[in-house]
Amino acid sequence: MTASLRIGSIALLVALLAPASPPAQEPRVVEIRARRFEFTPNVVTLRKDEPVVLRLRTDDFTHGLYMKELGIDSEFAPGKAVDVPLTPRKAGRYSVICDHFCGSGHGNMKMTIVVE
Amino acid sequence: MGTRRTTKGVDRRAFLRIAGMSLGAGALYRVAPALAAGGPGAEMAHELGRRNGETPAPFTFVQLSDTHVGFEGPPDPIGTRPFERAVEVVNRLPQKPDLVLFTGDLTHDTEKPGEHEARMRRFRQIASGLAVRDQRAVPGEHDAALDGGALFRGAFGETHYAFDHKGVHFVALDNVSRGKPEVGPEQLAWLRKDLARFPPTAPIVVFTHRPLFDLRPDWEWFTRDGDEVMRVLEPFENVTVLYGHIHREDVHVGPHARHYAARSLVFAFPDPAGPAEKKPLPFDPEKPFKNVGLRLVHAGPGQRPEASAIRCEEVELTMAERSGTEGFAQLLRPTSILS
Repeated sequence: MTASLRIGSIALLVALLAPASPPAQEPRVVEIRARRFEFTPNVVTLRKDEPVVLRLRTDDFTHGLYMKELGIDSEFAPGKAVDVPLTPRKAGRYSVICDHFCGSGHGNMKMTIVVE
Repeated sequence: MGTRRTTKGVDRRAFLRIAGMSLGAGALYRVAPALAAGGPGAEMAHELGRRNGETPAPFTFVQLSDTHVGFEGPPDPIGTRPFERAVEVVNRLPQKPDLVLFTGDLTHDTEKPGEHEARMRRFRQIASGLAVRDQRAVPGEHDAALDGGALFRGAFGETHYAFDHKGVHFVALDNVSRGKPEVGPEQLAWLRKDLARFPPTAPIVVFTHRPLFDLRPDWEWFTRDGDEVMRVLEPFENVTVLYGHIHREDVHVGPHARHYAARSLVFAFPDPAGPAEKKPLPFDPEKPFKNVGLRLVHAGPGQRPEASAIRCEEVELTMAERSGTEGFAQLLRPTSILS
């Protein structure tokens, strides 16, 4: 048996005997629904450094979700949910807007993400 | 700061300048007024003409913005009156402008069948009262974001284009009709191609609706790919960006351009450095035209070669202050403020 084969066998044995690592925890899913000209919920509270998925849905029109500092820049249309993975790194209150024009009330369509 | 390039001792960056002043009913720009002075100014003009293909000549133009024809609401209970008054102000200017540029939101959106077309017709009807025949427009989101610009194109033509006037290259950019605040890759490619034929000395005026920089993103006062637009413009020495959308005057000096916002002709928004909420400033029945306005632009070489360039360095705020405090009276006697 060559040296490299021996090393490979040992590595395989160690891997098989090692205790199984716990399954990675699925990120919390936060549902956000948009309709002209509001988001529901209007305020979402997240924990700093906690990975989450923002699941965006709408039934009426194409909307956007935008917050540069949090790296949120998404667009979603009726009939298809869009998932936005997010791990906020800095505590604070973030004003998040719809940035896909959706009609006369669009200019004030926004929500708040609070990171604690 | 790097060394400025000169031609026979005259600073090219300072030579072609746009000086803007608020009229209380828009903005007036004067391009290259120094050209008429002769001497080093004339030499510079000749040199720029040789390099750019067209010798710059002095002229003025007006920027009107955010007329929102069809809007009804408490912040503007007088409808199109400010727009109509702006037309009167422009027509009474002692020096007739060469151009009028409309920087978007000509109309207010509506989904009532046939109504948006009617608002566009009404806009054209009022604008046709301008004694200035050369009128150019870009759409705002209220004109073009719901239908991708289809109605706008039918009424006013393409949403992005370019033209030349007396040695200045004008570029109309559409950052609204894709729904999101962006220019988009196709238009960026078009812009690169359009500018490829110009030397860095060519004076360029970009007019668009939304700011091309992050003025206040949480109020949607930005363009997602504005940085890319500015990178395309970076090689050019004299770039001026005129925009609307924010319903108030603003001057932003970027690394490669100066950005000027014009007042609206309906209502004003608050100072972005101030409140957290974007709420229209309330209507003042004592001063019904308070905070609205237009911009008149003077372009071309100025009286002194060192003070004349396609850069809006000299916004005459005294006019703005008067329009802010005496808007109604000022618009009733426009000739008195222009003398």
